Amino acid sequence: MEFSIIEWLSDPGLTHFLIVSAILFSLGLMAVLSKRNVIMVLMGVELILNSANINLIAFSRFTELSLDGQMIGLFVIIIAAAEAAVALAIVLNIYNRFKTINLDEISLLKG
Amino acid sequence: MFTVIPISILLLPLLGFVLLIFFGKRLPRHGDWFATGLISVTFLLSLGLLILKVNAYPEESFSVNFDWVIVGAQTISFGMMIDNLAVIMLVVVTLVSALVHFFSIGYMKDDPRYSRYFAYLGLFSFSMLGIVLTNNLLLMYVFWELVGISSYLLIGFWYEKKSASNAANKAFIVNRIGDFGMFIGIMILFASFSTFAFEGIFSSIEAGQLPFGSTAWLTAAGVLIFCGAVGKSAQFPLHVWLPDAMEGPTPVSALIHAATMVAAGVYLVARIFPMLTADALLIIAYIGAITALIAATIAITQFDIKKVLAYSTISQLGYMIMALGVGAYTAGFMHLVTHAAFKAGLFLGAGSVIYAMHKVLHDQHDHHTDAQDIRNMGGLKSKMPVTYWTFLIFTLAISGIPLTSGFLSKDEILAGTLAFSTLNGHWILTVTGFLVAGLTAFYMFRLLILTFHGKPADESRIAAVKESPRVMTIPLIVLAALSLFVFYSFNPFGASGGWFYSAVERPLSVVPEILQPASAAVFYEAVSSVHTVAMILSILIAVSGVLFAVAVYYQKKVSADRLAKRAGVLYRGSVNKWYFDQIYDRLFVGGVMVLMKILRWFDENIIDGIVNGTASITKGFSSISKWLDVNIVDGLVNATASTADNAGKLLSKIQTGKVQTYLVYIVFSFLVLFILFI
Repeated sequence: MEFSIIEWLSDPGLTHFLIVSAILFSLGLMAVLSKRNVIMVLMGVELILNSANINLIAFSRFTELSLDGQMIGLFVIIIAAAEAAVALAIVLNIYNRFKTINLDEISLLKG
Repeated sequence: MFTVIPISILLLPLLGFVLLIFFGKRLPRHGDWFATGLISVTFLLSLGLLILKVNAYPEESFSVNFDWVIVGAQTISFGMMIDNLAVIMLVVVTLVSALVHFFSIGYMKDDPRYSRYFAYLGLFSFSMLGIVLTNNLLLMYVFWELVGISSYLLIGFWYEKKSASNAANKAFIVNRIGDFGMFIGIMILFASFSTFAFEGIFSSIEAGQLPFGSTAWLTAAGVLIFCGAVGKSAQFPLHVWLPDAMEGPTPVSALIHAATMVAAGVYLVARIFPMLTADALLIIAYIGAITALIAATIAITQFDIKKVLAYSTISQLGYMIMALGVGAYTAGFMHLVTHAAFKAGLFLGAGSVIYAMHKVLHDQHDHHTDAQDIRNMGGLKSKMPVTYWTFLIFTLAISGIPLTSGFLSKDEILAGTLAFSTLNGHWILTVTGFLVAGLTAFYMFRLLILTFHGKPADESRIAAVKESPRVMTIPLIVLAALSLFVFYSFNPFGASGGWFYSAVERPLSVVPEILQPASAAVFYEAVSSVHTVAMILSILIAVSGVLFAVAVYYQKKVSADRLAKRAGVLYRGSVNKWYFDQIYDRLFVGGVMVLMKILRWFDENIIDGIVNGTASITKGFSSISKWLDVNIVDGLVNATASTADNAGKLLSKIQTGKVQTYLVYIVFSFLVLFILFI
């Protein structure tokens, strides 16, 4: 059977979602690893969390897990909110301490 | 009765010693009357024992034995033997000791070590009584050494004086030589008979056993044990210590170095008499005769009052030894007893004179004049009447003038010697005996006249002399009384009928018949046949000695200086004590010095060389070891350390301190894991 990209795109299935999620995860990881600004790193973390959410919901939709995946997704969102609050507090403290939020300038643990 | 009393006699003086040495300073009057009281009680007990023994049990010999050392099957017992010899000796020792205690209360007054002096006297009395009471040779040897040490302590009593401490050392060392021989003798007997007891040894010999199966060993054992007596009784050639021992306090000289300890040698010979062979006895007789002659000739020219008495003691001890050697056992032992009384008296008299002289010299602040030199005395007769009259009696006794105790015993000795010569020859012994009797009378009267008669060297000094206190004169009077004949025999011209002769009988010889000396019966028959001759001769010789001394020193009819010049070599020899000290100094002390130098060289070159060599070898080894340590061991340790350090430094590069770097590692690691496991 001949593979048609148009046809494949018009009929979204589990694979599509997983691909989006993977792209999102990669972008998040990229941001976490390469951004100098702590806020940007936090945003990368949010992207990773959300890619996970997409995965959870996709699996919930396309498999017989029914609503379990969506429930977990909700939990993840809540925890992400809490995590953001804590992380921002830490960032504030880092700023007070070092007068910067550039991660590559904070290297007290250097061996 | 014959157990408890002897034990208490033995232990009372020891009690005195122990209490005085520990608590002397705290006792009233530093314990002098306490010690004197104890020894007086001991004397009374001894006297009681003597009277009981001689009257009630004259023949018996009581023995007490306690097991002392038990090694396997060998038992060494601690035993006492009470026979007539022992009880008489007990009375002599305790009596002289008690009188010397009394005398010392006056003589030693103001001495800084007053209580220690009495403690030492107690120790001496204990040891001496031990010698007297013991019934075996080992204990005899133990007590023998104990009297040696007490003698050492008392000679060196004024140890601040160099001469006194030297004299103490000399006495001790010279005695050691004799004791060495004695020890070998005892060991010969012990090795053969496995017993130290006199009775056991005698009965073994009597049963025909001989040491190592040879009669020569028996003679040797006897002579070797006699060596102990040679040391202790200051016989030739070990007589040199006794004159030096006069450095001790004078009462000590009276007790130890005149009356008792030096007589221990004679007592020892009397104890072992049954096992002595005729050869051994002959050697003993000759040693005694030589000693008597040498000492008497030296005594003639001495000027120190105590030295004269010391040489006279040696001479009289020689007499006793000679008497035992010729077989005149009872006479020898009797001379010991009579001599103890009058010689102790002479020494105490000399002590009284020295005490008085010393006091005067001290009062006149004269520290140069010798208080013991008879040239500084003279004319003391009227100043010290008690001392003079008692001294005169003692001098008569020692000179052998009739009616004195000395006459009785000396006469018997001379008769015995003469009898021996008629039986066995050896006339030189007899000649020596009579010659010494004359010399004794001469030098004793010389001493008496120079000290008490004539013009004093310094009138003012002698005028200040006073008689000694009563505590010192009473012992003199007691001893003077005991120097009279009545205490030993009612017959003033022959002791053989008196109680002494019946109490002390010559023991039977136990040695094989061919080695025995002439038996007692034969000997006494010979004695009685020559007795009258011997007595007349001895009286004549003694009186001529006295008259000669009177002529030379009192009437000055013959000049002493001219006589000295006429005698020439003999005089010089006598003044210098026949050069014994010098010869011993050259021979033995010098020999030891040379040996010491050789040993020193050996030490410095050989021993030190070995030691230094060992040291440098060790040093070499240690420097190699050090190099190894520094380079190899330390190198290894440091290498380990620096490896760890470098690795750490390398790894620490990874630790950038940046969170993102760590994250990269984590992600990278995850990827690796994924690749590996999926």
